[in-house]
Amino acid sequence: MRYAMAIDTRKCVGCSDCVVACQTENNVPVGFCRDWVIEVVDGTYPNVSIELRSERCNHCKNSPCVRCCPTGASHFEDGGIVVVDHEKCIGCGACIQSCPYNARYSHPDGYVDKCTFCIHRVRQGSDPACVSVCPTKCMYFGDLDDPNSKIINMLKNRKFKSLAPEAGTKPQIFYLL
Amino acid sequence: MKEELFVSGRNIPNIDPYLNIWHWQIPSYLFLGGLAAGILFFAAVFTILGKEHKMATAVKIAPMIVPFALILGLFFLFLDLKHKLYFWQLYTTIRLESPMGWGSWVLMIMTPISIIWSASYVREIFPNWDWKFKFLKDFEAWVIKNRILIAWPMAIYAVILGIYTGILLSAFNARPLWNTSILGPLFLVSGMSTGAAVVLLLSKDHKERKIMGRIDILLILIEIFFIIHLFMGFKAGSEASINAANLFLGGSFTGPFFAFVVLLGLIFPAILEILELKGYKVPVIVPAALILIGGLIFRFLIVEAGQITKYLY
Repeated sequence: MRYAMAIDTRKCVGCSDCVVACQTENNVPVGFCRDWVIEVVDGTYPNVSIELRSERCNHCKNSPCVRCCPTGASHFEDGGIVVVDHEKCIGCGACIQSCPYNARYSHPDGYVDKCTFCIHRVRQGSDPACVSVCPTKCMYFGDLDDPNSKIINMLKNRKFKSLAPEAGTKPQIFYLL
Repeated sequence: MKEELFVSGRNIPNIDPYLNIWHWQIPSYLFLGGLAAGILFFAAVFTILGKEHKMATAVKIAPMIVPFALILGLFFLFLDLKHKLYFWQLYTTIRLESPMGWGSWVLMIMTPISIIWSASYVREIFPNWDWKFKFLKDFEAWVIKNRILIAWPMAIYAVILGIYTGILLSAFNARPLWNTSILGPLFLVSGMSTGAAVVLLLSKDHKERKIMGRIDILLILIEIFFIIHLFMGFKAGSEASINAANLFLGGSFTGPFFAFVVLLGLIFPAILEILELKGYKVPVIVPAALILIGGLIFRFLIVEAGQITKYLY
């Protein structure tokens, strides 16, 4: 089992519904967010291109955050989901420094927090909150080891990229181009 | 032209617009750790070489401040933790992959060794001191008899501790300024140089000062070479590395780095020490203090600047 997400940058309209859904579902404190939408504008008018990306923890296969955690609070759950055990986290900040995507933050309660792929929903068979609310249905969540999953189909038929693959982290969020 | 914008809004404290999660505690701790490593290394090496009488300050007096430096450094580390009540879990897990994990274990070994080492010299420096309990007196006698046996692991652990202060940073692939293998040796040499400066400050013996001065000049030259090497490596690297180097070569850190670290912290004290060796009278506090302040500022700048650098995508 290998959970991953594919996000269609051509269907995304940048409405930020995924961000609000995540904040509500996971009770994220005000002023913080586990996912965010970024707009990248390239070129000058009239030759401009825009890319909209909904970003979050990449649940990397080769996670620097899991590697550098001194207490084992950051760990892999089933399907490669990277989760922080709040009871084990000492708040040293090493994982925040180690993440090339700046996907982690220090929760006001002291521990480090980030996207969990809504593991509590995934275990019950539903999609993460961000995926399920997307009004343009531009996000696909699924198991890469399941040949019939929708995400495999999307990755087969479309060109895609991941963020900073040169960091060697093997990110598991794919952006369909 | 490429422009990036958070359309969903994102302004997380200490993460945006650029990372600033480690404040003064970490560089201060790195400084104290390096200083302690330097002092203990000299104490151990001079003991192994059988020079504890010639180099009395380096072997007997300077190590006295190491336990205080290490405990203060550990306290700073504790202050840095955001989930403080859970700190003990550092010592219920062994994770060799995590530099912070094994670093905390190295400190756990190093602090008692430094306490034992300096305690065994207390009676030599303060003749009226009494250890009160018999087992303490027995233990002291054992330590005094087996100093060389302790000096060997102490020298090795001192090198590990000194390198560790650099590896703590260089293990972070996500921060291009830190992610270079030269950072470990650079921090080790810089730590040894600050350790030598402490010995210079404390020593009253002219001969000992001359030897430590010579060692310090050599260390400073190696450090300058490593710094050049560091930036050469970045300049020949990826765009993220080039951007990291440019922070110091024309960017916002150029002034403080070259003025306080390179010029006042390395070149100027080296010149003063060379002048002293040539026979000119130089108050020893000037080069020693400059080296110490330069070493501290160096760590602050590297920690601060490293957090700004990142991968581009």
